[in-house]
Amino acid sequence: MDLWFSEEHTPDVKLSIRVKRHMYSQQSDYQQIDIFESDEFGRILTLDGNIMLTERDEFIYDEMITHVPMAVHTGIKNILVIGAGDGGVVKELTRYDRVENIDLIEMDPMVIDVCREYLPQNACRLDDERVHIHFGNSLKFLRRCSNIYDLIIMDSNDPYGPAEGFFTREFYGSCYNALKSDGIMVNQQGSPFYQEDKTAMQRSHKRIAETFPISRVYQAHIPTYAAGYWLFGFASKKLHPIDDFNGEEWKKLDLKTKYYTPRLHVGSFYLPAFLEECLRDVE
Amino acid sequence: MKKKLLNQNCAPIYEALNAFRNARIVPFDVPGHKHGRGNPELTDFLGKRCVEVDVNSMKPLDNLCHPISVIKESEELAAEAFGAAHAFLMVGGTTSAVQSMVLSVCKRGDEIILPRNVHRSVINSLVLCGAIPVYVNPECDEHLGIPLGMKRSQVEKAISEHPNAKAVLVNNPTYYGICSDLKSIVSMAHDHGMLCLADEAHGTHFYFGENLPVSAMSVGADLSAVSMHKSGGSLTQSSFLLVGSAVNAGHVRQIINLTQTTSGSYLLMSSLDISRRNLALRGKQVFAHVADLARYAREEINYVGGYYAFGGELINGDSIFDYDMTKLSVHTLDIGLAGIEVYDILRDKYDIQIEFGDLGNILAYLSIGDRLQEVERLVSALAEIRRCYQKDKAGLMSQEYIDPFVAASPQEAFYAEKISLPLDETVGKVCSEFVMCYPPGIPILAPGEMITEKILDYIRYAKEKGCSMTGPEDSKIEYLNVLK
Repeated sequence: MDLWFSEEHTPDVKLSIRVKRHMYSQQSDYQQIDIFESDEFGRILTLDGNIMLTERDEFIYDEMITHVPMAVHTGIKNILVIGAGDGGVVKELTRYDRVENIDLIEMDPMVIDVCREYLPQNACRLDDERVHIHFGNSLKFLRRCSNIYDLIIMDSNDPYGPAEGFFTREFYGSCYNALKSDGIMVNQQGSPFYQEDKTAMQRSHKRIAETFPISRVYQAHIPTYAAGYWLFGFASKKLHPIDDFNGEEWKKLDLKTKYYTPRLHVGSFYLPAFLEECLRDVE
Repeated sequence: MKKKLLNQNCAPIYEALNAFRNARIVPFDVPGHKHGRGNPELTDFLGKRCVEVDVNSMKPLDNLCHPISVIKESEELAAEAFGAAHAFLMVGGTTSAVQSMVLSVCKRGDEIILPRNVHRSVINSLVLCGAIPVYVNPECDEHLGIPLGMKRSQVEKAISEHPNAKAVLVNNPTYYGICSDLKSIVSMAHDHGMLCLADEAHGTHFYFGENLPVSAMSVGADLSAVSMHKSGGSLTQSSFLLVGSAVNAGHVRQIINLTQTTSGSYLLMSSLDISRRNLALRGKQVFAHVADLARYAREEINYVGGYYAFGGELINGDSIFDYDMTKLSVHTLDIGLAGIEVYDILRDKYDIQIEFGDLGNILAYLSIGDRLQEVERLVSALAEIRRCYQKDKAGLMSQEYIDPFVAASPQEAFYAEKISLPLDETVGKVCSEFVMCYPPGIPILAPGEMITEKILDYIRYAKEKGCSMTGPEDSKIEYLNVLK
C-alpha cells in the first residue's frame, strides 16, 4: 500500500509523509480533525489538513515554547495557555514544582478528547490537579482577566482560519492587560521562509512590538513545519530574554530535555541577517 | 416546453444563466470582453465563472426593461417572498429604487411629507422632480445624539397642515435601527388620500426574520425600496422596489425606465434571484442567528464598560416605536472619543472596518455573513481601545440633528443662479447643494436650506474629527454654493 499524507506549504511546495494508517477523522464544530500513523514521525495530529504535531518532533516545539520563558522568569506560578489542546505544552510546564496554576483555554473540546485517546504521551498531564481546562473563545476569556498571570503561552494554529483572532492587536493587547507587571507572553510566530508565512509573521511581530516594551524573536528547527524552520515570539513588560536569563539557576532544577539547553537558549535569539532585516522593517 | 411550476425553491435567472453557460453560445453581441477572453487580467481577477455570465439581454435571458420570461418570473417570486403585489429588480442601487418610488408619486410642485433624516437619494429625487418636501422633525435622543423616528402626532399635524400632499415617506428603519409606528402612519396617510412610501434600505430582513419590526408591505404601505445587498446578501448595487396593490405597476415600470440602464447586469440580477431564494427558504434561521450575535455583542460590549451598546430598552411606543435587534450601534462619548475616532482606530490599528462612525456613535453592520469569532474580535478591540485611548469627554459634541429651515424647493435651489462663498461668509444664505457625512449619507444641508452658524459649527467639527464629508462642488468644503 502506498498511502501518503501531504500538506501544502505553498501552492508550489508540499511536505509528504508516508502513512501506515488513518486512525481518526472527524469534523468538529470548528475544524476537521485527523490522526495518522506513520513510521517516520509516529502519530500525527492534523487540523484542517495542517500538521499540528507529530510524536517524533513535538519535543522541539513544546520545550522551546515553555523552557525559554520559564528560565527567564523564575517566579512564574500562574500561567495561561491558549490553544494547546494536545497537552504537550502543559506536559512541560507541570515539570516545574513552582507552578501553582495552569489555565488552559481551548476552543474545541474534541481536540482534547482526540489527543487523550490517540496521543496519550502528549496529553498525559492534562489531569494534573494544577491544570484547569476551559472551553471557549480565548478573547472572551481574556476580557475578564487583568493583572493576574505571570506567563501566557499562545499555542495556536496558523493565522489563517479559526485561529486568525490570535494574531491580532486586540489579542496581544488583551494578553498584555492580563499579565502582571513582570509578565511574559510567548507565542508561536510561524515560519519566516515562504513569502505568505513571512508576511503573516511580520504582521504579528509588528503588532506585538507595538504592544509590549520588549519584543524579541527566537528560532528552532522543526522538521514537519513549513520549511522546517520555526519562530517564537518572546514579549514582556520588563524581563529581557537574555539579560535576565540565568542558565545556572535553570540547570539546578535538573530537568532533562531533548532540545532545550541554556546555551541554546541564548543562541536561539541570534537570528540570520535576512530575518533581522525583515523584523527591523516592522519594528 | 412544459411550463415549470414556480415556487420559492426556483431561481429562474440563475437557472437560465446556468443553461446559457452549458449551451456554449458563441457571442457576437456585447459585452465586448466575450466571456472574459478579451480581458485576461480582469478574468484572472474576478474569475472565469464570474465573467462568463456577465452577458447582455437575449431571448433566453429576458430583458430588464420589459420582462416577459425569466426576469418576470424572478420578479413574481420576489413579490411573493416579500408579500408585495409586484417587485422590480433594480440594478442602480437602492438609490434608484428610492428615486423611482418618489418619482412615481410626485411631480413638480407636489408636496411630500418626510422625516428630515432621510438618505440623500430621497432629496435628490426631489431635485429631479421638483416636489416640495414637508419635513417632520424626527425626535432626537439627547443622550445618544441620534435622530429617531416620527411621532404619530407630528405626522398627523403635517398631514392636516398639508392636506394636498401626495405621500408620506418613512424610514423603516433608520440607519440606527429605529422604527416609527409604520402601521398607524400608513392608516393616517390612506385616510387622507395619501400614499405611504417606505425607505427600507436597512430593513430587508424584516420580511424574513422573526421578532423584528413590521415590514412595509405587511402593514399596507404602497411602495418600498429594499436594499437586498445590505442585510440580504446580494451583490452591491442590487436592490428591490416593492409595489403594493393600490399602485399601478406599469406606471412604476415606465418611471424606472426613465433612468435605469438598458444593459442590466446579470451578475446583479442573478445575485438578487439567488439571495431571494436563500432568504425565502432559510431567512428565519439566518436572521435569528444575526439577532443572537447582536444580542451577545451588546451584552459583551456593555460588560466592557464605558460604551453603551443600545437596544430594545430605548423603545418608547412613539418616536422609537420599535427597534431592529439585529443592529449593533454603540455610543462612544463616555470614553472620551467621538464615534468617528473609534471608527478610524478600529480600521487603522485593529484591521476592523465598521459601517460608520458619527459624532457620538459607531455602527457595526451584522448580517448574513457574520460569525461569532469576528464578533469576539470586535468586542475585544473595543475593550482595548477603551484601555489604550480613553480620554476626558470634555469638549465632545453630540447633537446630530439640526432643525432645517427650508427657504426654497430642492429643485429651485439646485438650478438657481448661485455664487461660491467661503464657508464663514455663508451664514444667512440659502445653500444650493448638499453637505453630508458619508456614511450615513444623511444631509446636514440640502439644496434650498438656510445656512446657520450652528450648521457651520457642526460642519467644522465633523471635518476636524475626520468625518468623510461629501456633497459640495468644492470637495474640501471650504466653499459652499449659495443662492444669489
